[in-house]
Amino acid sequence: MSYQSMEEAQIRCEREGIQFWKAIQLEDADERGVTQEDSWKEMQRMWQAMLDGLDAYDPELMSRSRMVGKEGGLMDAYREAGDTLCGDFMAKVMSNALKMGCNNACMKRIVAAPTAGACGVMPAVLVTYYREYHVPEEKMIEALYVAAGIGQIIANRAYLAGASGGCQAEIGSGSGMAAAAICHVKGGDTVKLGNACAMALKNLMGLVCDPVGGLVEVPCVKRNVGGAFNAIAAADMALAGIESQIPVDQVIDAMKEVGDKMDVSLRETGFGGVAGSTRAAEIVERMNM
Amino acid sequence: MGSIFDILGPVMVGPSSSHTAGAARIGMVARQLFGRQPEKATVYLHGSFAATGKGHGTDRALIAGLLGMKPDDMRIPDSFQVAKDEGMEFSIASKEIKEAHPNTAQIIMEAEGVKPMKIQAYSIGGGRIRVCKLDGIDVNFSGESNTLIIRNVDEPGRIKEVAVALANAEINIATMQVFRDKRGGYAIMVVETDQIVPQKAMEELESKRGIIRVKFLAAN
Repeated sequence: MSYQSMEEAQIRCEREGIQFWKAIQLEDADERGVTQEDSWKEMQRMWQAMLDGLDAYDPELMSRSRMVGKEGGLMDAYREAGDTLCGDFMAKVMSNALKMGCNNACMKRIVAAPTAGACGVMPAVLVTYYREYHVPEEKMIEALYVAAGIGQIIANRAYLAGASGGCQAEIGSGSGMAAAAICHVKGGDTVKLGNACAMALKNLMGLVCDPVGGLVEVPCVKRNVGGAFNAIAAADMALAGIESQIPVDQVIDAMKEVGDKMDVSLRETGFGGVAGSTRAAEIVERMNM
Repeated sequence: MGSIFDILGPVMVGPSSSHTAGAARIGMVARQLFGRQPEKATVYLHGSFAATGKGHGTDRALIAGLLGMKPDDMRIPDSFQVAKDEGMEFSIASKEIKEAHPNTAQIIMEAEGVKPMKIQAYSIGGGRIRVCKLDGIDVNFSGESNTLIIRNVDEPGRIKEVAVALANAEINIATMQVFRDKRGGYAIMVVETDQIVPQKAMEELESKRGIIRVKFLAAN
């Protein structure tokens, strides 16, 4: 039985003197009836797929709707010119988030984390950091366990699908997972991971799912940038010793309540939010021609 | 809820776990149930599959699955061309299916020398699916576990024969469901097993009176 709350996982960590990622790995091995080594190998496969996915980006490719595709390349060129507002590292995060989002829209290979629409958040945060600071690969795989464990708790208490809980459940959850994961890489303990996740989730609470034409393209691709930036900011706050006044489990419960109250037009139906704009209607009409 | 690799994963070709990865899986499971690559496939898309399927590559993913491609196969976007190269004829159309899940596909598979097969399945998100109709009979399975599917005449003793054959092969039954179209008509048994069912046990079952077709889907 997977963890129902962060509190439950934290209790196990304290009792057994293990780190959060280890508690997740032990639970996975137990639940699927595999060895810890096999579980690790499967996680390594996810990590490799994230690395390969970023390298496979092609700025020439456009999605079938022709709405997205070249954004990753544009951001790369802008960053290389050396005059960004947010600095080189964050510009790389931005360009990686866009690349994965574009890959997804252009039918290339991605890792759903937690969903295909939010597939850019985790690699943008983790792969960029890994390549910039040359962290051992083991640390990154541990971080993926942290993210997966958080995601599972969110799935158990709330949801991960935009159709169920709006984009807060997709990009929001992805951002919470990435915040905890990068916090682990930077040496944060279980309490700090929880704080990082809680702060990231709170910042994106209420985010609606409003894809133009029902396609995972607009505003999804660029929202991966928002999720990645938010994750890094939340992790830095947690590492600075800033605490979430509301415990992470209660933040997740609040997210569930907000999602339940969200009008159906704002939950992946392609009717509300920017999907309901005049321009969106024009785009949909053009696509149907 | 599934494992942590349903949260972090699957590795898939975009853009949508329900509309692309799920669609590829529907095609793949259909092919496995048919037992071979169809020579002709007729595909109907319902609800959201029909409305946003084109932009999500649902059409290409379904055909890719029928060609035996997995949800992470990079050839999915080019599956129409692959079908042409391999001589698989196909058509795709929208269709309103009464009371069906919004992400539903219906597939009719044909090939020379075998009975055509019709399946209806829907995608539930995260790349996972449910098969809900097989040759006109309501069923309910995911294909995630080892699954034995038996089509038989609805008469006494057929379930016993299956149970005995599996026991003799030392196969443990995890779950078992039985469905039929009408009393004394045709029935379908869906048996999830802990082990792989060997070819020999399947042949033995297929040779029995009243058992029409036996198919096995290995867990994937």
